[in-house]
Amino acid sequence: MDYTTIFPLMRAELTLTALLVLVFLYDLIAGRRGHHWFSAVTCGLLVVQVLVNLLPGAEGELFGGMFRTTAMSGVVKSILTIGALIVCLQADQWLQREDTHHKQGEFYILTLSTLLGMYFMIDAGHFLMFFIGLELASVPMACLVAFDKYKHHSAEAGAKYILCALFSSGLMLFGVSFLYGTTGTLYFDDMPARLSGSPLEILSMVFFFSGLGFKISLVPFHLWTADAYQGAPTTVTSYLSVVSKAAAAFALFTTLVKVFSPMVEQWQTLLWVVTVLSITVANLFALRQQDLKRFMAFSSISQAGYIMLAVIGGSALGMTSLVFYVLVYMAANLAVFGVLSTVEQHTGGRVSLEDYNGFYRTNPKLAVMMMLALFSLAGIPPFAGFFSKFFVFTAAFQSGFYLLVFIALLNTVISLYYYLLIVKAMFITPSDTPIATFRTDSYTRLSLALCMAGVLLLGLVSAVYDGINAFSFGL
Amino acid sequence: MEYTILILLLPFVSFLFLGLAGMKLRPVVAGAIGTAVLAVVAVLSYTTAWEYFSAGRDAAGVFPTLIPWNTVWLPISGDLHIDLGILLDPISVMMLVVISTVSLMVHIYSFGYMKGERGFQRYYAFLSLFTMSMMGLVVATNIFQMYLFWELVGVSSYLLIGFYYTKPEAIAASKKAFIVTRFADLGFLIGILVYGYYAGTFTFTPAAATLAAAGVMIPLALGLMFIGGAGKSAMFPLHIWLPDAMEGPTPVSALIHAATMVVAGVYLVARMFPLFIGYAPEVLHWTAYIGAFTALYAAVVACVQSDIKRVLAFSTISQIGFMIVALGVCTSNDPHTGGLGYMASMFHLFTHAMFKALLFLGAGAIIHAVHSNEMSTMGGLRKYMPLTHITFLIACLAIAGIWPFSGFFSKDEILAACFSFSPVMGWVMTAIAGLRAFYMLRLYYGSFWGRENRELHAEHTPHEAPFTMTVPLLILAAVTCVAGFIPFGQFVSSDGLAYTIHIDGSVATLSLCVAVAAIALATWMYAREKQPVADRLAERFSGLHRAAYHRFYIDEVYQFITHRVIFACISTPIAWFDRHVVDGFLNLLASATNGAAYLIREMQSGSVQRYCIWFLGGALGLTILILIIC
Repeated sequence: MDYTTIFPLMRAELTLTALLVLVFLYDLIAGRRGHHWFSAVTCGLLVVQVLVNLLPGAEGELFGGMFRTTAMSGVVKSILTIGALIVCLQADQWLQREDTHHKQGEFYILTLSTLLGMYFMIDAGHFLMFFIGLELASVPMACLVAFDKYKHHSAEAGAKYILCALFSSGLMLFGVSFLYGTTGTLYFDDMPARLSGSPLEILSMVFFFSGLGFKISLVPFHLWTADAYQGAPTTVTSYLSVVSKAAAAFALFTTLVKVFSPMVEQWQTLLWVVTVLSITVANLFALRQQDLKRFMAFSSISQAGYIMLAVIGGSALGMTSLVFYVLVYMAANLAVFGVLSTVEQHTGGRVSLEDYNGFYRTNPKLAVMMMLALFSLAGIPPFAGFFSKFFVFTAAFQSGFYLLVFIALLNTVISLYYYLLIVKAMFITPSDTPIATFRTDSYTRLSLALCMAGVLLLGLVSAVYDGINAFSFGL
Repeated sequence: MEYTILILLLPFVSFLFLGLAGMKLRPVVAGAIGTAVLAVVAVLSYTTAWEYFSAGRDAAGVFPTLIPWNTVWLPISGDLHIDLGILLDPISVMMLVVISTVSLMVHIYSFGYMKGERGFQRYYAFLSLFTMSMMGLVVATNIFQMYLFWELVGVSSYLLIGFYYTKPEAIAASKKAFIVTRFADLGFLIGILVYGYYAGTFTFTPAAATLAAAGVMIPLALGLMFIGGAGKSAMFPLHIWLPDAMEGPTPVSALIHAATMVVAGVYLVARMFPLFIGYAPEVLHWTAYIGAFTALYAAVVACVQSDIKRVLAFSTISQIGFMIVALGVCTSNDPHTGGLGYMASMFHLFTHAMFKALLFLGAGAIIHAVHSNEMSTMGGLRKYMPLTHITFLIACLAIAGIWPFSGFFSKDEILAACFSFSPVMGWVMTAIAGLRAFYMLRLYYGSFWGRENRELHAEHTPHEAPFTMTVPLLILAAVTCVAGFIPFGQFVSSDGLAYTIHIDGSVATLSLCVAVAAIALATWMYAREKQPVADRLAERFSGLHRAAYHRFYIDEVYQFITHRVIFACISTPIAWFDRHVVDGFLNLLASATNGAAYLIREMQSGSVQRYCIWFLGGALGLTILILIIC
């Protein structure tokens, strides 16, 4: 084995592993004072990680094709890492609490582990490798969901999450074993030539898809989402809703395009149905939510449906719009969760829609940021969300899914309505007991500033889109 | 000459600064900043003009067209792209000088006139925006950039007319101005698109071959563009917004509705002149007829108005009609054989901007003194405001066309051009020029001589304006006295070659005689305390008088068309459709959504076993679905 080829190709994974070890060591040796700086240290290390990811690197494969990396996966990994970085910034406030203070090391280590899992998932060239990555991303995630383990909600959410995750993994593994049975290989490269599109293969493809559909929380594999989002600590929820979802969506795109390319017709039908279901059903549920975390769960399911619009064509344009969408979605969603989280911390857990009545009067800056982020999520120009929606619609439209685009457009009207419900609560509805005025800590502020920069600039600075477009590939 | 970009950037920065931070500043400071920036812009404009004209003519004997700064803003396809840039040629440089001069005068004047007004800072911010837009319009390198700034001019004029936004009339006037000009701009935009499609470019110099191939489409495009120009330049029947726009502050009227924005249409025709002459001479002549009719109509209406600013507004419409006529009567590129009108029109634009700004600023001083626009509150003001009186008289004589004031020279060139086009046109325009001298002197006598409103003046003695207001008056009066002697043809002419202006003896004599006769008549009728002739005439022709006073009921016609025809027959059905069909569909969507949301709530039960069943059932169901469909 030639190590000189391993290092450049696996540099992201290797650095992240080293970071994990460093964080672990820091947790051991840093005293109580050192714990105060934990967030800063982790974030600093993540910045290093982003820089390493962004280095122009080689494309290629290792270990006989088990591991393969492309320029695009480098971009996606950077985006995921930036997401994790923002989440870590937002986590600090929560982790300084009395009951979580002593175990903040665990939080960072678990988060980085899931990130590492996603890296491997994205760069897998073999179904087993893929599965290991997926599990590495899922199992520590369950620990994160149950992080406030003495709180009933969190523990329940963790249990539900791990049970559902196990079930979906089982089903996925089932599908993969069928694939192995019919084709005799688990390598991504060898698979397309041997796929025939037989009913068994279709079944196995759907099972495989359901495993990823679980991670992306697509209807009908989404039912865990609302409970887990609501029960999990808000910071974990934001991580779950953005980073984890983005990694799975990208992995889905590459596997569908690379591995299941002979079965385009089948998976396009599958995606068509799932997309319509996800967007519509999630919108219907979101309309009736009073708990904002639950609300954001359904919002994220419907956003996942929009992401599938980028996947369905399988084109290079689709990949660009997918990655761009994920980036923009990350900025907006993390901004919303940042505000939710900081409000929750300062008010002792007020997260319902009614609590936000009159929010603008007491905390105008946070309210405005939340509003901008919601506008972006709803896709109102000139915020980034408009452009990202526009691109995914274009991608689907160019691939000929006119009806699908039409249904999605109708749904954006509904989504606009429920996003504006929050804006209305914050700005218009008066309240006798509004959330008191408070100052956010500097970590949260930094994270919100980053998100706002994304919301306002990503759509207008065309270099971002062009930069992503340079690396994309399709069917 | 890259610094010309600053001419656009500086006012824009000033606008942003005053608009965002203005309210935090003291009014005087904000005004001083705006004025200082404009002074710099004026200096830059003069430098540009000096450098441009002193650089001399090229080998062919024309001033070269320079593009010191350009950027491709919106590539559309291959050759077709929208640029933003700066184009310097004789007329754009001339316009830079005119705009910056008048704008600077208005900035200084407003210190006195707007003193103590609420929103003083906002006023200066808008002035900066307007100046920037107007400058951008004249230096546009292509028709699309011109259109962008054209609309910006419309917006800033809207903001300035509606400056007193607590006054319902001002709001109505600003809306009227905006809607009427926007309506006209629709024609402009369609014209631009047609032009862009058939000429294959948005620049002013398309390839001759494509133009020839486009056939009738180029005249069509130019005609549509002229509709936009007619809207901004208040040509009949799109003139209705300009008299109402006098609701804005008077310095604004001087800047926008006398010197700059309203000549945008003239400038547009001048800018497209080579195309008009080469490919659409009939369209050009039609503009002349429209201009002539507008000039006549406005002159008649101006004779009977009692509001001093209204008189000036109609006089402006009439003067712009003159400029359009001058362009329209051109039959060739050569100023010696039928192309004189181009130079005459630009010359008149230049001189008119100065003396009409002077008139408006003078009117502002009068209004400042008596606190009213009505001529009945004036009269005999010469005793109280000597400086305003003198400068106003100079402007009136200039507009009447008396030697040696500037109006004489430019009017003479226009009439000469008209006579060479057709004698009828020449005589008609001469008659209108006589009317013009008459109503201007009527205005002059009405405010400074004539019947003095002694009761009012005893109660509140009119006083001379402060020096911030009189200084601009004096400067503009001085310009008005000497501008006629500028050898304008050396700088601007239709073929670009140097053209020596010579006074046409017979035309000059004729027009002078008519002007003097009209002045004498006005003096006889209005100079004295008792005005029996005027009163008797008004009684005798009371029908005509009333019709003219009501501007021949054009506004009422519009009212009828918009309310009875458009609103009733088009808007109401559309509103019904929107309310019942479009909204109805959305309401149905909303209630269906809510109902569906209620129905499926059981799915999210909270039980993990159920979730797994959905999960597995979903996966199997999807598989079966695929097997059926594919």
